[in-house]
Amino acid sequence: MQIRRSIVKCAIALTVLFVLTAYGNGAWAVDPQEKTIKITAKKFEYSPNEIRIKKGVPVVLEFTSLDRVHGFFVADLGAIRATIEPGKITRVRIVAPKAGTYEFHCDIFCGDGHDGMTGTIIVEE
Amino acid sequence: MKMHRRDFLKLLGFGSAVLVLGRHSNAGAAESKAQDDFLFVQMSDTHWGFSGPQINPDATGTLKKAVAAVNSMDTQPDFIVFTGDITHTTDDPKERRKRMAEARDIIKDLKVKNIRFLAGEHDAGLDNGEAFQEYFGKTHYTFEHKGVHFIVIDNVSDPTSSITDPQLRWLGGELKKLNKNSRIIVLTHRPLFDLSPNWDWWTRDGSKAIDLLMPYKNVTVLYGHIHQENHHMTGHIPHHAAQGLMYPLPAPNSVPKKAPVPWDASAPYKGLGYRGIQAKGKTAAFVITEYPIPVKNM
Repeated sequence: MQIRRSIVKCAIALTVLFVLTAYGNGAWAVDPQEKTIKITAKKFEYSPNEIRIKKGVPVVLEFTSLDRVHGFFVADLGAIRATIEPGKITRVRIVAPKAGTYEFHCDIFCGDGHDGMTGTIIVEE
Repeated sequence: MKMHRRDFLKLLGFGSAVLVLGRHSNAGAAESKAQDDFLFVQMSDTHWGFSGPQINPDATGTLKKAVAAVNSMDTQPDFIVFTGDITHTTDDPKERRKRMAEARDIIKDLKVKNIRFLAGEHDAGLDNGEAFQEYFGKTHYTFEHKGVHFIVIDNVSDPTSSITDPQLRWLGGELKKLNKNSRIIVLTHRPLFDLSPNWDWWTRDGSKAIDLLMPYKNVTVLYGHIHQENHHMTGHIPHHAAQGLMYPLPAPNSVPKKAPVPWDASAPYKGLGYRGIQAKGKTAAFVITEYPIPVKNM
């Protein structure tokens, strides 16, 4: 069962075409045509915590942490994740193939409000 | 494979794992005392230091009541295991240690002195288990009791919900010492399987541990973290989550946002409790009995 789930996750990840990278100096070969959404992370919230994107349209999520290490994890979109470190810019490129609402959360334990550090990606047609 | 109580009770006929769900029953006293029978108790998620009157107005009394309840069991367990989140997290290292010292002092009141501790992410997630080890010892280890091999896996000291490769190599090495028919109980804080990754109810590399355990025929996993009973099978391996001792949490993915279930004044301590696990002779069967917190002392 675990193996089958892992295979399904990998398949979804490939389909979704999430690409993740992080650069300490913020350098990134960004296509200027692609939309960038800046998101800050701090205990215990993302801002903004609701992100709207279009199905099939590439978007770059650009994360910065204002305090400590946080995570970004979307279980239902190919289990994509990133570590958001202070002093770095962490970028996650998304091309979502399917409309819907996807929850994300911090997956690096960060304290008492960790469980509430969540957000939503809304993928529209 | 998700398993409900009814499904699990069907296993009674198969004898590989036995679950008895009861209230205030005393399985220990009722059973015959074969030489290799023994009883141990699992207590979990005591979250000492938590404060929230709407969630648990008896936050400083619940653990003490649980200790008193275990002390009053007709048959005292051979040992007691705390499966993590002994303390509620705090950013302040001094306060963290104070909570650990206080919890340890309350736990000292247990009549049974053979106590095993596991870390939860609240205990160990912010300092990689440093304070926990000062107060409660190692975070992963093995021990043996009357022919049953216990393996404690730490899936919380790494804040990414991972066991990590070095510990997985250690686990593989420990398992190699056993034969495929050995009776093995794995104790851990988080579920090893993907119960609900959206709610952080999983272990990122838990499937690697399950793969290592799979060749062994008599494995049972007991864990905490989710503050409620849950029973699940991965292949032939049953996984049993225990109730917590501070606040219950909702059933997996049953509500949009995971949050503690508010206190129900009409049913104090509802959803809180501990469990007894009875090993039966030389067989692979374990009888699990769930106990609530007695309300008489409220």
